[in-house]
Amino acid sequence: MTTSEMTPNLPPVTTPPIRWRRALVVGPPLAWLAALVLVPVAIVGKISLSQSAIAQPPYRPQLAWTLDAERWRAFVGGLGIDNFRTLLADDLYLLAALSSLSIAALSTAILALVGYPVALAMARASARWRPVLVAAVILPFWTSFLIRVYAWTAILKPDAWSSRTLMELGLTRGPLAILNTDTAVVLGIVYAYLPFMILPLYATLERQDATLLEAAADLGASRMQAFWTVTFPLSGAGLAAGCLLCFIPITGEFVIPDLLGGSDTLMLGRTLWSEFFANRDWPLAAAVAIVLLAALLGPIVALREIETRRQDARG
Amino acid sequence: MRRFGPGDAVALGLGLAFLYLPILYVVAFSFNASRLVTVWAGFSTRWYAALAQNTALREAAWVSLRVALAAATLATLLGTLAAVALARFGRFPGRTLMTGLVYAPMVLPEVVSGLSLLLLFVASGVERGIGTVTLAHTTLGLPFVTVIVGARLGLLDRELEEAARDLGAGPVMAFWTVTLPLIAPAVAAGFLLAFTLSVDDLVIASFTSGPGATTLPMRIYSQVRLGVTPEINAVSSLMILAVTVAVAVSGLVLRRRSSATR
Repeated sequence: MTTSEMTPNLPPVTTPPIRWRRALVVGPPLAWLAALVLVPVAIVGKISLSQSAIAQPPYRPQLAWTLDAERWRAFVGGLGIDNFRTLLADDLYLLAALSSLSIAALSTAILALVGYPVALAMARASARWRPVLVAAVILPFWTSFLIRVYAWTAILKPDAWSSRTLMELGLTRGPLAILNTDTAVVLGIVYAYLPFMILPLYATLERQDATLLEAAADLGASRMQAFWTVTFPLSGAGLAAGCLLCFIPITGEFVIPDLLGGSDTLMLGRTLWSEFFANRDWPLAAAVAIVLLAALLGPIVALREIETRRQDARG
Repeated sequence: MRRFGPGDAVALGLGLAFLYLPILYVVAFSFNASRLVTVWAGFSTRWYAALAQNTALREAAWVSLRVALAAATLATLLGTLAAVALARFGRFPGRTLMTGLVYAPMVLPEVVSGLSLLLLFVASGVERGIGTVTLAHTTLGLPFVTVIVGARLGLLDRELEEAARDLGAGPVMAFWTVTLPLIAPAVAAGFLLAFTLSVDDLVIASFTSGPGATTLPMRIYSQVRLGVTPEINAVSSLMILAVTVAVAVSGLVLRRRSSATR
């Protein structure tokens, strides 16, 4: 609401400066985001409908900044859905899409199973310890993602010190043989994304009202019953947020499948990368990007919904 | 919450061990005397000495540092403006668009962000290099600054700003003397996060960079693809040390600040 609406008696001279000042605050970030988020995504959409060409840049038709109707007609006529036909016709792309989603779903499930007990333990720790534990979970997140993934390539090497120690301890029969397999990819993902699962869960669990558990105990519930009927249902929003915060980036993950996976580990992020860098088929890479976005649209909207509701609940 | 039990201690212990052991493994093997990364052959600092000779890595680190400083500064400025607009202006034209655009870069897969920015730079004829990586990383960090600063603004007592206005301060003056000092820790945290995201990013930099603008993660990635080397262990350990020191120092500074204001 502007000043003029609240105080119509004031001369209108005072209103322009406030609008003008607000425009100075809103304008730069809005213009930046429009130019570097909105426009680029629109360009991806346009190029996914273009054809690959041996040219610089390697696609056509090129957008023409002209008012010449004939050239615009030629431009629109040059667009088509051929790239999406290619994606559908080749099993490789379909498999990559399915494999991305299933690896992301499996990793997210494991993350929830591993992350929940840790978050619960953090929430149960004494108030003095909690900030220390939160910091301990966040610190690896500040450490380079690439290095944390790279660490696993060193650990999982069949002839590595870690592998021989496991054998000597009798925990494994032969050398570790999981590097360059989907198992290593899931392990690396669970490792890299664990803080993303623990922190939202902890935030929900930590705020829970302790008197609810006392009430459950007074009513004769065992500790297990109290957990499953009170604590767990009340942590639903945090669990959903943690799962989506992991699932969305994992589906588009490139670094982990590339470093820990085998040549047969198919994931959309890797497919997009190789179409772009190895095959130099920019329009097809753009089409893969559109498919990836379409697959993630549901989860992204759901996450937005949960976050908005959690903010409203906080007031 | 129920009392902390032995089961909780086990869960925490295993969880933290899982988070930290791989990092410790890398640090330990950076002091390995052998070139073989699989055999322990005694303590040595030779890989740190070798690092000092590696000009390619040093140049890449310098590129990363410059990009991260510029991108984090820009992202902090723009992100704070966006946070102020969203937290204080109520309804304004473009609000819905701004909310959506702040949210988008946080959930877009990195490969999609990278590809889309590259296609923008190609379509607009911009030459790729340090400048384009900086533009891309600013866009990457901006939303996180907005979220962190916005959360802090939401917790602030608005009456403080209103009191300043009643005492005759203009909106700019009130922001500068009252609001900004109060949100300074969040602004600093936002800057730090934007800086870290930039130094850490491989995918978006690979798409948007050009000749002569190889960042540290790009250099490390290309060496890692050729195989595990002790030198990479050494450079990783140095980065881990830098992050630990930065986090510890900022933690101490923030704690002292918050106890001073109380």
